[in-house]
Amino acid sequence: MIYDALIAPFTEFEFMRRALAGAIALALGGAPIGVFLMLRRMSLVGDAMAHAILPGAAVGFLLSGLNLFAMTFGGLIAGFAVALLAGLVSRTTELKEDASLAAFYLMSLALGVTIVSIKGTNIDLLHVLFGNILAMDDQTLLVIAVNATITLIVLAVIWRPLVIECVDPVFLRTVSRAGAPAHLAFLALVVINLVNGFHALGTLLAVGLMILPAAIAKFWSRDITGMMCIAVASAIVSGYAGLVLSFQTKVPSGPAIILVAALLYVFSVLFGNVSGLVRQIFPGRHLEA
Amino acid sequence: MKSMRQTCGVLLGALAATLIANIPLKAHDKIDVVASFSILGDVARNVGGERAIITTLVGANSDVHVYTPAPSDAKKIADAKLVLVNGLGLEGWLERLVQSSGSKAPIVVASNGIAARRLGSHADPHAWQSVANAKIYVANIRDALMAADPPAATAYRANADAYLAKLDALGAEVRAAIASIPEARRKVISSHNAFGYFADAYGIAFIAPQGVSTESEASARDIAAIITQIRSAKIPAVFLENVSDPRLMRRISAETGARIGGTLYSDSLTGENGDAPTYIDMVRHNIKALTGALAD
Repeated sequence: MIYDALIAPFTEFEFMRRALAGAIALALGGAPIGVFLMLRRMSLVGDAMAHAILPGAAVGFLLSGLNLFAMTFGGLIAGFAVALLAGLVSRTTELKEDASLAAFYLMSLALGVTIVSIKGTNIDLLHVLFGNILAMDDQTLLVIAVNATITLIVLAVIWRPLVIECVDPVFLRTVSRAGAPAHLAFLALVVINLVNGFHALGTLLAVGLMILPAAIAKFWSRDITGMMCIAVASAIVSGYAGLVLSFQTKVPSGPAIILVAALLYVFSVLFGNVSGLVRQIFPGRHLEA
Repeated sequence: MKSMRQTCGVLLGALAATLIANIPLKAHDKIDVVASFSILGDVARNVGGERAIITTLVGANSDVHVYTPAPSDAKKIADAKLVLVNGLGLEGWLERLVQSSGSKAPIVVASNGIAARRLGSHADPHAWQSVANAKIYVANIRDALMAADPPAATAYRANADAYLAKLDALGAEVRAAIASIPEARRKVISSHNAFGYFADAYGIAFIAPQGVSTESEASARDIAAIITQIRSAKIPAVFLENVSDPRLMRRISAETGARIGGTLYSDSLTGENGDAPTYIDMVRHNIKALTGALAD
């Protein structure tokens, strides 16, 4: 019975196995990025960047059809351009980062919509552009896995400056000049993982598996390594449970995965042992010397 | 003063003369006909020949079901002598458009006289998918053109006869192609609901995938249901274009061994350089796609 509900879908259907593999790869790359976004108070930047990437991917689609690499590449370029220009403007003028990012992503979005409409077909581009997690072919799975691998390697390299900049940017500036390059590399990773999210979850929910697990982790650990582990674990659990939910009910897979993550989040808000609401009402015994 | 009045009179007379000269000239010239969508437009063009200028409101590659008319469409209708529609509920938007354009042109329903299939609670509008029905379209369009432009009646009759002969040949071609497919293999899974008339006329079963809404994103359960269905009914080919993601299609195919059929054109023709620039090309293309996917 339990076997039928939880395991049989994956043994019987290859597309379910592939979806699970995709979800796990996505979780491994996206969740740590999400934790850093949260710690840097950039949680909403992911959404803005998602809009910035879309036109680039659309241009890639228009130039070379439904070619995964062209679309990924176009998206990366558009994302990088917006991230770089926004960073440049906010560092050289008085405009704050959020405002300049908003300006550039809207610019990019408007440009993209214009380009798409010049081509002027009736096809709903959003549907053509980005797949869902049930459609993992070899190519898509490979792209997601490669992106996740790159993410983890680069994160390992820029880990120290990134962490220090999260807690004390001024201190980092006095001891090292790694802050700016690390920040840029990090933005690049954000873009890469958003593209990953596009392939698996579609444009609207691409950010979901990055931010929600990070927010969940915040309620269970104060330690950054602990947060990373919890975030990755909860992302993987959401992916698995979401797929099972989508298999047993008729909820589309992408939303199902994010809904499971959202449930975990609500549970964490209530019962998390770090600043969870219930925990605040009934605090544990104070440690006494 | 007198000379002024004279000049005016001369001018008016000249104007009237040009008007009078122009009107019959235009009537003897070509007539403007508006057809609602590309397939109907192509059929009408074959009947109208040199004598009628056919404009289509919904052009090639566009979906007639969800079309939003533009102001230029109202203008086309206002200028037209005749408006051709498919009927059977296909062009829900058209009636108001004709009214608002203030056109006096008669609206002729090309599918008149066709026994309509039901599609749920509505009539199935895709009658043109059977060549026999297309011949009824031709007859209706011919009669409408003859009524709208009596001087050219013989030309329309000749055009229609020539086109009907071509359609007869096409119908025979389709039957021969279907006959070449082994009977047990004459079934496909397709979420197209446009091939009801085709299925009835030629005996290829279009099995709807279970529980899949083409409007929304497919759930894992939907995909699993399709795969199980294909495996158990041993369906040799799938035509599921409106499963939004082609990768999803390839996944289904890889897991069932069913062939992925090519594109089936249902509601609109393609542009000049596409696979189906005319009605006859469209039917040929569809039948080729079907035989290609279903052959042993």
